Amino acid sequence: MSSTVKIKTLTIDDRQVGAREDQTILEVARENGIKIPTLCYLKGLSPYGGCRMCIVEVAGSNKLLPSCMTAVEEGMVVSTQTEKIKKYRKSLLELYFSERNHVCSVCATNGYCELQSMAQKVEMTHVHFPYMYPHLEVDATHERFVLDHNRCIACTRCVRVCDEIEGAHTLDIKDRGINVRIITDLDQPWGESDTCTQCGKCVHVCPTGALIERGKSVGEMSKRKQLLPYLTKMREAHK
Amino acid sequence: MKKKLTLATLWLDGCSGCHMSLVDVDERLIDVAGIYDIVFSPLVDVKEFPEKVDVTLLEGAISTDEDVEMVKRVRRSTKTLIAFGDCAVTSNVPSMRNHFKVEDVFKRGYLETTPGNTIIPDERIPKLLEKAYPVHHFVHVDVFLQGCPPSADNIFYTLVEIAEGRTPELSKRARFG
Repeated sequence: MSSTVKIKTLTIDDRQVGAREDQTILEVARENGIKIPTLCYLKGLSPYGGCRMCIVEVAGSNKLLPSCMTAVEEGMVVSTQTEKIKKYRKSLLELYFSERNHVCSVCATNGYCELQSMAQKVEMTHVHFPYMYPHLEVDATHERFVLDHNRCIACTRCVRVCDEIEGAHTLDIKDRGINVRIITDLDQPWGESDTCTQCGKCVHVCPTGALIERGKSVGEMSKRKQLLPYLTKMREAHK
Repeated sequence: MKKKLTLATLWLDGCSGCHMSLVDVDERLIDVAGIYDIVFSPLVDVKEFPEKVDVTLLEGAISTDEDVEMVKRVRRSTKTLIAFGDCAVTSNVPSMRNHFKVEDVFKRGYLETTPGNTIIPDERIPKLLEKAYPVHHFVHVDVFLQGCPPSADNIFYTLVEIAEGRTPELSKRARFG
C-alpha cells in the first residue's frame, strides 16, 4: 500500500465504514464483518464477477452491482440484504441447480459443497424452474483428478488458479452462456495434457464436485480451503 | 383430548430410504401416534387412498403415468402435502436417467445387464414417463422437506409443527443431499 492511497468513507447496511480507494465493496464489507455471499470470488485470485451472488444495491443506481468488481466511492450508500437482492440471489441459485445435474446425494463433495451450503444459506426450498437435465461428459482421463461437467457452475476459480498461481494455464473456458465448458489445453482430454503439472490446486479451489480427486466416493471429497490463503501469504512474505 | 390429525405416507419413484428415516424417529413414533392416525402408508394395510387426509408425506420422484395419476389424486385429498426427501423435491437419483431415451434405459435395465433375457416387459405395468420429475412439476406442494434421506429429527419436527398449526422452518435445518 503506497502512502498516496486515499481513504474513502461510505455506508454499508447503515454502517459507516472507511476504505482505501483501491478496494471493492466486497473487500470492505468483509473487513467489517458484513456478510455477502459469493461463489466465484476467492481471496488470492483476481475477481471475476461471474456468479452474481454478491450483487448489492447502491443508492442512485437502478442496477444491481457485483460487489466483488465494484470499487468504493466517497459517500456511497450500499445495501447488501434487501428483499429484492435476496429474491434475485435465490432465483440465480435455482438457475444454477436447473442448468446442470447437481445430484447432491451421490456427489463426492456432498457435505462439503459451497453450492449446496449456499442453497441453505439463501433459503432455497426447491427449484421453481424446469430442470434441463443436459447430457454432459465426465473427463476421467487424468491419472489423479476427475472433471465432472455435470457439477460445474463455471465460476472459473480453477482456470484462474491454474493461470495466476500455478502459472500453467492448462485450464480455460470455451463457448458462452449455457454452453460454457471448462477445457484443458486445446480442448483435449485432461489425461493428454502437456501443460498440466498435476498440482491439484484446481481441485481444491473448486466450490463443487466438478473437480475431485480420483477414487473419492460420495461425501469423501473435502477441499483444502486453507491452501490458497497459505500460498498467497507465503508468496507475499517472500517478495 | 385434541382430535387427532390423519397422516398418509407413500413412496413413488424412491428407494424407501425416507420411510426408513421416518421409522428412525424411534420412540418418538409413540408421540407421532398420539397426534396422528396413519390412514394410508406402505406400513399399514389400506389399498385405497382416503378421500380426505390432513397431511401426506410423499416420497419419491414422479416417473410413470401411474405416479402422475396418484400424485393428482393425493393432492385432491390432502390438506398439507409434504415433498418428502430429495427425490420428491428435486427428482434426485431417479432423474439421472433423464438425459437418456426411455428405450435406452429399458435396454440397459432389461437386456444389457441381464444376459439371456430378450423381453422388455410392457404389459400391466406402469408406463415410464420420458423423464423423472419432482412432485411440484405436477401439483402444488406445501412443504419441501429436503435430505437424502431427511433426518429423523427433521421429520419429527415437521410433523409436530404442522400438528401445532405452525409452518415448519426447515431452511436452517435441512439441506439437499
